[in-house]
Amino acid sequence: METFLQVVANGLMLGGLFAIISIGLTLIFGIIKVVNFAHGEFLMAGMFLTYLITTQLGLHPYASVVVVAPALFVLGAVTQKLLIQPLLSARDEHVQIFATVGLSTAMINLALLIFGADIANTPSSGLRSSIQLGPVRILEGQLYILICAALLVVGLEFFLRRTQTGRAIRAVAQNRAAAQLMGINVNWIYVLSFGIGAACVGLASSLVAPLYPTSSTIGTYFVLTAFVVVVLGGLGSIPGAFVGAIIIGLLDSLAGFYIGSDLREAVVFGVFLVILILKPSGLFGTRLKLSHIS
Amino acid sequence: MLNIEGIDAGYGATTILNGVSLEVNQSEVVTIVGANGAGKTTTLRTIAGLLKPTTGRILFEGEDITKMSAHDIVELGITLIPEGRQLFPDMTVRENLLMGAYRRGARDHQAETMDHVMELFPRIRERLDQHASSLSGGEQQMVAIARGMMARPKLLMFDEPSLGLAPIIVAQVFEVIGKIVASGATVLIVEQNVFNTLKAADRGYVLENGSIVLSDTAEALLKDDHVRQAYLGI
Repeated sequence: METFLQVVANGLMLGGLFAIISIGLTLIFGIIKVVNFAHGEFLMAGMFLTYLITTQLGLHPYASVVVVAPALFVLGAVTQKLLIQPLLSARDEHVQIFATVGLSTAMINLALLIFGADIANTPSSGLRSSIQLGPVRILEGQLYILICAALLVVGLEFFLRRTQTGRAIRAVAQNRAAAQLMGINVNWIYVLSFGIGAACVGLASSLVAPLYPTSSTIGTYFVLTAFVVVVLGGLGSIPGAFVGAIIIGLLDSLAGFYIGSDLREAVVFGVFLVILILKPSGLFGTRLKLSHIS
Repeated sequence: MLNIEGIDAGYGATTILNGVSLEVNQSEVVTIVGANGAGKTTTLRTIAGLLKPTTGRILFEGEDITKMSAHDIVELGITLIPEGRQLFPDMTVRENLLMGAYRRGARDHQAETMDHVMELFPRIRERLDQHASSLSGGEQQMVAIARGMMARPKLLMFDEPSLGLAPIIVAQVFEVIGKIVASGATVLIVEQNVFNTLKAADRGYVLENGSIVLSDTAEALLKDDHVRQAYLGI
């Protein structure tokens, strides 16, 4: 029983990690309808920034978030303004996909140029030590990630539903032309939303960096799971991404322990496919609803 | 209040409007009459800034708004209630109405305008917490008009408000428009129901193949042979 609880606890912690790296991706897709293939590289950039701030200034990795999140906000806003926006009128929307894939490759190579192929270890500041929580032991840093992911979901939902700007963002996502007729500056909302999505990745970076070694290709390591989580939860749904992440985390952990660590991914992707066959729009997806207003 | 001076506009290489000029004065109700494809919707979309004219000028209260973006035009006080309602489907009715009051000029008066709009649309009050997509077509049209009113516009433009609605709902829509007109609003309306619209309007323009072919008081247009034959079927 205790082993089972420990495996579940590990799964929840993994789910928290998957959630924190996926929220920004689903936010950007839900609003701008652009899949950011450079998402993993945004995370990589944030982790390197956390590494630099922590090692050069001697700050606690979590303290670096006050620089990393705004820096990523700017990176996201600039990406939207200078890369995506000029392509919005492109006749073929796949152009935007290629643009973000290009950005991803450019960022990986830029990181190789600056940091080389070496691994950068952000000081863990005690976050890698385990704590006893009832019958289970977990890493302190992982617990904070799960808590932050949950708080981020609640905070974003509050912002999107209860504030004027948040409602304007949802309005743009649901009907771009009508949003313009309300007096909403749609291009500005897109820049803002990409910035917010990227800032979420910035927060994730500072939380993840003390636990995982940073390298130029760390983004590709995380990004596939982020895409699975986002599709499973329903593209664009923030609570969906959280629930999807927890499901994938639990599956990963349970399958890894009870079925065999080699088959972990086979089980995760198998269940993922079954859910998508039964509910193609994802768990919390609304996009495929038939009752849409023309 | 609104002066359009010889605009050409269209989509891509297709020109739809050819040298359209028209004006709407303060507290006036003006209608544009025309067949499908004559350019009525294009005219309204161009005024709203969703389309940019290739030649000509659009002035609002003396200010040149020809090149202004759609959201800035809303800020000046021009609101378009678009064809096909265009509500925000996954938002509640209340949220839709709040989006209507997004304009700076309306934001501070939100609660007050909401009370006024609720008086005009008592049936919306019961629907405030429902998703817009769950309403019937007629109810959606009422919400679309209410949302337009929430902006407290100086000029309110209607694009085909009765399109696709059952006759009994059409009557309700016209009743509401009548109340809005009676309150002294400045209105520019495009509507397939030409007879009812001319009855409610002060003046009208007849648009054919992207050009204004006739303009007169609504009363005179109702008696005009060409209008009677082509648009009233009399």
